[in-house]
Amino acid sequence: MSILTVKQLTKQFGGLTANSNINMDVQKGSITAVIGPNGAGKTTLFNMVTGVYQPTSGDILLNGESIVGLKPHQVAQKGISRTFQNIRLFGAMTVLENVMVGMHTHLRSGLFHTMFSTPLMRKEEKEAKQEAYRLLQYVGLESLYNEEAKNLPYGAQRKLEIARALATKPKVLLLDEPAAGMNPKETAELTKLIYHMREQLQLTIILIEHDMKLVMEISEHIIVLDHGEKIAEGTPDDIRNNEKVIEAYLGKGATTAS
Amino acid sequence: MKKWLNVLEQNKRLQAIVIAVYIVVTFISLYLAQKSVVAFLLLLSSLLLLHFTTFSHRVKWVIGIVVLSVLLPLAASQGEAYQSYMEVATLVGIYIAMALGLNIVVGLAGLLDLGFVAFFAIGAYTYGIFATTQANNFMPFGQYPLSGESFWVFLIIGCIVAAIFGILLGIPVLRVKGDYLAIVTLGFGEIIRIIFNNLDKPINITNGAMGLASVQPPKLFGLEFMYPSQFYYVVLVILLLTIFVVRRLEYSKIGRAWKAVRENEIAAQAMGIPLVRTKLMAFAVGASFSGMMGVVFAAKQTFVDPTSFTLLESITILVMVILGGMGSVPGVILGAALVTILNLQVLTELTNWLNQLSLSGVVHIPDALSPAKMQRFIFGVILILFALYRPQGLLPAKNPRFDEKELKSGATNMVDGKEGAKDVYFNG
Repeated sequence: MSILTVKQLTKQFGGLTANSNINMDVQKGSITAVIGPNGAGKTTLFNMVTGVYQPTSGDILLNGESIVGLKPHQVAQKGISRTFQNIRLFGAMTVLENVMVGMHTHLRSGLFHTMFSTPLMRKEEKEAKQEAYRLLQYVGLESLYNEEAKNLPYGAQRKLEIARALATKPKVLLLDEPAAGMNPKETAELTKLIYHMREQLQLTIILIEHDMKLVMEISEHIIVLDHGEKIAEGTPDDIRNNEKVIEAYLGKGATTAS
Repeated sequence: MKKWLNVLEQNKRLQAIVIAVYIVVTFISLYLAQKSVVAFLLLLSSLLLLHFTTFSHRVKWVIGIVVLSVLLPLAASQGEAYQSYMEVATLVGIYIAMALGLNIVVGLAGLLDLGFVAFFAIGAYTYGIFATTQANNFMPFGQYPLSGESFWVFLIIGCIVAAIFGILLGIPVLRVKGDYLAIVTLGFGEIIRIIFNNLDKPINITNGAMGLASVQPPKLFGLEFMYPSQFYYVVLVILLLTIFVVRRLEYSKIGRAWKAVRENEIAAQAMGIPLVRTKLMAFAVGASFSGMMGVVFAAKQTFVDPTSFTLLESITILVMVILGGMGSVPGVILGAALVTILNLQVLTELTNWLNQLSLSGVVHIPDALSPAKMQRFIFGVILILFALYRPQGLLPAKNPRFDEKELKSGATNMVDGKEGAKDVYFNG
């Protein structure tokens, strides 16, 4: 069953076509990778799916319902969450607070409850804190909960972005280069985490990544973009042996390396 | 010295003794030496000392309220200077409330507003127009001025009107960011002032540059509020309410949303925070405190005219926030108190002293160099020095610290209540 469908999606910035007629069908509970050389339009695609950019033409369906034209926060409420290629944490806030911000849409108590600090609000806040802490445990950052996010090492910041994205309780999670800047050990941990998230939280995961070892290992479906166009899609084996992909991105070594 | 501070930090009883002695000594010195501004300031700074003690919040609040509502007025009430002391204290309170309002906009939500005094003006004129004969000029019904009892209702009306203007300003203005936002809000501040200055034709609503004179004093159970010593209590109550509200908001979902928007707009949106609504809320809440204090200001001065609401006022409030520490409630209170007292007490006292010196022929200081006229210069220097050496302010904003025990005590169900979390540790 497909959860996210992208139809004929095109985005033009002035004369530059960043994405042209992209079609994509993401199965529920799958791990899909979007790969391609720099400037291929991968992040643009993510930005359109999450409502940061409005597509020039085409449609994006979440569970059969169009999400084109929605504001980013509305897309988040619909159940699509993401991390960012250039880390965008709330630097001056603590690690735990960062995760709590992710729970924004799930906290019910409004102005009235906040002013009078009603039992309902206190209970909700307490539960939010505890759940945020559990999410930090989940990604392995629980010991840093009181640190300011900007003081965290790079790899930890990437994990925190994932924890924050999970706090929105998404159905679909978009990871934009989650392994960038990580050492091999951290990448291995990340691979495990992505598996865990899919299994335990019943998530559908789409990721952009340049680490081919990671991509080939975990993804069930790969989409290759080049110059804004989709040049190939299929299983890791298909992609590895696809002439066009080898020429545009992987290089000759990919077929022999594994 | 450091050793002593450490000992003090650990020993609560010692702290209690120190602060009690301090309060008693300054209380007595102000009680006996009525003319001593220094004694007055020292008694006020007992609150700062209180801030650094390690008592629980409740104890601090009780002591603070007792000092402000009983000890300070009592100690000051023994001489001629009583009303001028209370005048200063009242103005300090008004400016603190405004600075706290601006702190929400600038400090928490990160929206630089250079026209904040406009909301103060709106509050002041809201009461000023209806509490003078002015409203007779354009209101088709009713008898004006309204009686002093209406003041209490106008506190709320002023608050709401300012909040509405905050939203009206916000809707077009929040499309721009950063420096552009600063310029547009600066323009808004000036526009409001100029409108009040010129709205005497074709229908006379604000009485233009002449201003509104003899605003009705507030009345409560037949008691008329005429003196600063009475307004002091009105301001104190509103101020406590303001601090209470600001604190509650800061550590709630709304406060976190404001900070998230300040830190990174795109990420905040991706987390499901509606950008426009969150920013408008900051504008409205910030403006409402200012509007409320505007009403008090109009009633206290009994005179409202556009010259009280210049750009310099907006800058003054901004200096208070930056000096104290953006986003920090105790910092902003300290900053507002320092700047107001510097303006009203220190600079005027210094000017008087220099005048006396030049009268008696000791030194001669040209009029243009009198400290009271150097206000802008001093603000400029403060801003530059703080930007260079202490950008986080006097009392920097602190993040809430969480207690690990409280965090761990929850049930073990995972995000959707499906799996036990314990066996799914990422590293495990």
